[in-house]
Amino acid sequence: MSLIRSKALSFEYIRRDEEGNVEGITRAVDNVSLDVQQGDFVAILGHNGSGKSTLAKHINAILHPTEGTVWVDGMDTSDENNLWQVRQTAGMVFQNPDNQIIGQVVEEDVGFGPENLGVPTPEIWQRVEESLKAVGMSEYRNHSPNKLSGGQKQRVSIAGVIAMHPKCIILDEPTAMLDPSGRKEVIRAARALNDVEKITVILITHYMEEVIYAGKVLVMDKGHIKMQGSPREIFSRVEELKELRLAVPQVTLLAHELKKRGLPIPDGILTTYELTEALMKIKRTEG
Amino acid sequence: MSIIFNHVSKSYDADTQLKTDALKDVSFKIDDGEFVGLIGHTGSGKSTLVQHMNGLLKPTSGEIYVDGKDIADKEYSLKDLRGKVGLVFQYPEHQLFETTVFEDVCYGPKNLGLEKKEVELRAYEALKQVGIEDDYFYQSPFDLSGGQKRRAAIAGVLAMKPEVLILDEPTAGLDPKGREEILELVSRLHRENNITVILVSHSMDDVADYADRILVMDHGKLVYDDTVHEVFKHVKELEEMGLAIPQVTYMMYDIAAKGVDVSTDITTIDEAVEEIMKVWSK
Ligand SMILES: Nc1ncnc2c1ncn2[C@@H]1O[C@H](COP(=O)(O)OP(=O)(O)OP(=O)(O)O)[C@@H](O)[C@H]1O
Ligand SMILES: Nc1ncnc2c1ncn2[C@@H]1O[C@H](COP(=O)(O)OP(=O)(O)O)[C@@H](O)[C@H]1O
Ligand SMILES: [Mg+2]
Ligand SMILES: [Mg+2]
Repeated sequence: MSLIRSKALSFEYIRRDEEGNVEGITRAVDNVSLDVQQGDFVAILGHNGSGKSTLAKHINAILHPTEGTVWVDGMDTSDENNLWQVRQTAGMVFQNPDNQIIGQVVEEDVGFGPENLGVPTPEIWQRVEESLKAVGMSEYRNHSPNKLSGGQKQRVSIAGVIAMHPKCIILDEPTAMLDPSGRKEVIRAARALNDVEKITVILITHYMEEVIYAGKVLVMDKGHIKMQGSPREIFSRVEELKELRLAVPQVTLLAHELKKRGLPIPDGILTTYELTEALMKIKRTEG
Repeated sequence: MSIIFNHVSKSYDADTQLKTDALKDVSFKIDDGEFVGLIGHTGSGKSTLVQHMNGLLKPTSGEIYVDGKDIADKEYSLKDLRGKVGLVFQYPEHQLFETTVFEDVCYGPKNLGLEKKEVELRAYEALKQVGIEDDYFYQSPFDLSGGQKRRAAIAGVLAMKPEVLILDEPTAGLDPKGREEILELVSRLHRENNITVILVSHSMDDVADYADRILVMDHGKLVYDDTVHEVFKHVKELEEMGLAIPQVTYMMYDIAAKGVDVSTDITTIDEAVEEIMKVWSK
């Protein structure tokens, strides 16, 4: 079943001066038609300013289309009456955790969402515990979020969304500020939410390695969806991606370079495991 | 400019229950013209450390010497220090507050007491350097995308023409091309103008590609201070600290584990290509 769908979605930011005269128009999303099924794991790539966040903000009704329509679980996001329901269905974690943290204490912050939804208290605590554990922040439950470092804050925001048990979670560069293990934990948590709970995950990221787990990758360019396909299909197109200001995982690039130097290595290598296998195969056939 | 930390410790909220020891007895020396990578898990004290370098934070104990002078001295001008040691914060939003991008970039050089024309020239140059197009100059910095904000913040510091450039996770949130552009820019400033660079990063790949030396922080302590190749030999220890080694280095370990005689002392793609071609064309 289609959980998130958009038809000919366009969005324009309109800048006005003090008198309200229009100074400029930015068409941040341009004619995007999207169809995400319940349980999908979709990654969105794209250069800075390509419209990823603008698109994402339509999915939980922070922004409304200038043209076209967006449906979340069948609900038109432009209909005011659906606002709460849409936001509960699609939870969002933003680029900057500072804007999202409200509680004075970590566990309070994480419990805020479910509390607002009217979840009974004992269950709130259980959800808080699970969510903090999922992002590896249990030991900070009594800390003040303000005093956490950037990466720690981001993990708390993710826990806050997970605690609302949404059908879909949209992660807008959730790992941008995390250390390597933090990134691994968050991606692992996102994959687990998807695999185990069947929560639909939409992951926006600039880290190419994080995308290899997605079922489908969308590549945005200047407000359009320019490429889409499986990670392997997308990462086979190394030169095209470079032109779109993107890249491939380091190991994919290494494989690409080795192929250019004459080693018979297949396109679209995604992991060190795959490249090692490909290299060992060459050794075996030669030796 | 040389920077010396001599047994520097820093506690936040020292007299309260919430006391955090963010730096614990940290000592090192950075020489003029070095390119140093600073890595560590989130909360390890990286941002705290770099904010001591331009006097934004004061040590709880220990001393910091810049060009041989103790920056805690009464006669020492912190204003001059901030002109010479440019810090690009972890969050660009913290540095952007003027009504237009251009004014924002002018803020730093204006504070140095330069005349208007010079200020504007520098701002223009810096914005061009970081790749922000003229169209955006007179927009509100708050209307920029995440990556554009980051560039504007970096431009604000570059416009002060610092001798030491500290970048606290400058590439987080940038697209891959933008990451490369910023790092190439920094690397060029380092090579051509002999600027000392301290790069805080969570990207082991980037640190391996650009830095000559790495400082590793773990729970407030400086645990390694060595060349890139030496530091990345501590695979287990780094992983236990929440860090990693570059993906190409992992790759070499995977190959070696198959019984192939390859070097694992490899930290960049170029090195890996050479090593693999050498072994595979035997
Ligand atoms: N609040 C706003 N007002 C006006 N223009 C905006 C606003 N937010 C974004 N824009 C513009 O819309 C376009 C798309 O921005 P958006 O934030 O969606 O990009 P993005 O793909 O998320 O980029 P990044 O990778 O840098 O986060 C950009 O040209 C940006 O300058
Ligand atoms: N302003 C502050 N007040 C209190 N504690 C802080 C403050 N800033 C950072 N800390 C704490 O100091 C430690 C080091 O943080 P930080 O320097 O931001 O680390 P990093 O930059 O390596 O992520 C962390 O435990 C963090 O929670
Ligand atoms: Mg964005
Ligand atoms: Mg930091």
